Amino acid sequence: MNKMEKALGELGAMDELASQDSPVHRLNAAAKLLSTIAYIITVMSFGKYQLSGLIPMLLWPVLLFQISGIRVSTCFYKLRIVLPLVMAVGLFNPIFDRHILLRIGGLAVSGGVVSMITLMLKGVLCLMMSFLLVATTPFDTICAAMRQMHVPKTLVTLLLLTYRYVGVMTEELAIMTDAYHLRAPGQKGIHVSAWGSFLGQLLLRSMDRAQELYSSMLLRGYHQHFHYAPVRPFRTRDALYLMLSVGLFIALRLVDAAQLLGHVFVR
Amino acid sequence: MIIFENVSFSYERSKPVITDLSFRIDDGEAVGLIGANGAGKSTVMKLLLGLLPAEGRITVDELEVNKQNLSAVRRKLGFVLQNSDNQMFMPTVYEDMMFAPLNYMVSREEAEQRVDAVLERLGLQGLKYRHNHKLSGGEKRMAAIATILAMEPEVILMDEPTSALDPYNRRIVINAIRELDQTRIITSHDLDMIFDTCDRVILLSEGRIAADGPADVILRDRALLEANHMELPLSLCSRE
Repeated sequence: MNKMEKALGELGAMDELASQDSPVHRLNAAAKLLSTIAYIITVMSFGKYQLSGLIPMLLWPVLLFQISGIRVSTCFYKLRIVLPLVMAVGLFNPIFDRHILLRIGGLAVSGGVVSMITLMLKGVLCLMMSFLLVATTPFDTICAAMRQMHVPKTLVTLLLLTYRYVGVMTEELAIMTDAYHLRAPGQKGIHVSAWGSFLGQLLLRSMDRAQELYSSMLLRGYHQHFHYAPVRPFRTRDALYLMLSVGLFIALRLVDAAQLLGHVFVR
Repeated sequence: MIIFENVSFSYERSKPVITDLSFRIDDGEAVGLIGANGAGKSTVMKLLLGLLPAEGRITVDELEVNKQNLSAVRRKLGFVLQNSDNQMFMPTVYEDMMFAPLNYMVSREEAEQRVDAVLERLGLQGLKYRHNHKLSGGEKRMAAIATILAMEPEVILMDEPTSALDPYNRRIVINAIRELDQTRIITSHDLDMIFDTCDRVILLSEGRIAADGPADVILRDRALLEANHMELPLSLCSRE
């Protein structure tokens, strides 16, 4: 099995995670989507030095991981390619921002280090919540929820078809990579001289397959309108979930819970 | 009833793929469309489905295949693609089977009844909630047939339904095709399968009809088949 086939398997595994059953899976998709958006906005609104205020925001995803029965390690495994990129965002902050912000014992900590950790944490938190949304809600259902929220049809269809075509393109890439390596034994990756034709072929083959898929959809009555899987009705518990989560995010944004807790023990 | 009247088609002007093709297929017939590579079998299917523009006249139950009637015509036709991966694009078999009925405004309850009935008829109940990417080749082919049957089409078109299947799965697919009561048009190089499933055969050669008649006659005609780059079905060879 090559890397592409593994990637394809992981894409399928996400669909399987989303079709499991747990109290989080059973929540209305729109409630989860809105709550996730609220969470991401709250996290992003923290200032670059507000690390202590940001740490309690970890509570929410950890709680959801527990309730949904999805392992945190699964999340980090799936995000292993994106996480280093997110972590790298603030890597140069300690070089440019050298003023001392706080001292821990005798150790001086510069503003750059704090802002770097804050940025990294923000990225990790946002990714964790996005992962939780996708791992507890089938993609079709998320799209259906977006339509319920009056997100334009074209945009939602585009998202859904992109999600589908990623699989098609990965399949083609897997076949081509296998074919290449069978005729280039011992070679790591694709040689630079073959990149042009490789990418060109990949594009042509993906387009052919996409065209065939689209024909198959047309022949089964598709007219630019997707009939999404029915979304679970918005019940009291969904409203409660939404209100509780958004309320908690606002509270954690306004009150620095970590600092407050610290004051209880240290005077 | 499907009627082709003087149908021609070419991708490039100088190279006609289909030339002046005329035939008629009555309701309930099972027709095998055979011919060498490039004979025009798949093009005939695409013309019938309105995926390619034809010169001449093609009608399905007196409805001409043209832009105005495309939706009504396609509702009558169910097409099983050669590559099931290109047909099954929803995450699960169930969702794929629901796709067409919902597009044709069948209520969700009725669509679900159809799905259950088709799965039961084909003995595929176990596949209902399976993820498409986890199906074996044979299961995928059967599921692809099931998605088309859930449409309740009047005509079923199949492009190489037994290609890349092992003998066991091939037999399952053949048995499933034999049990269908709709009009069937099947293109294939698997002449044994055509012999098993079709009453009539249309042999295409360079976009024209080289022979049209009972499967039992055409598929036994060694000279005709060999002249068109084909061989007698293996099951008939062994009886000779």
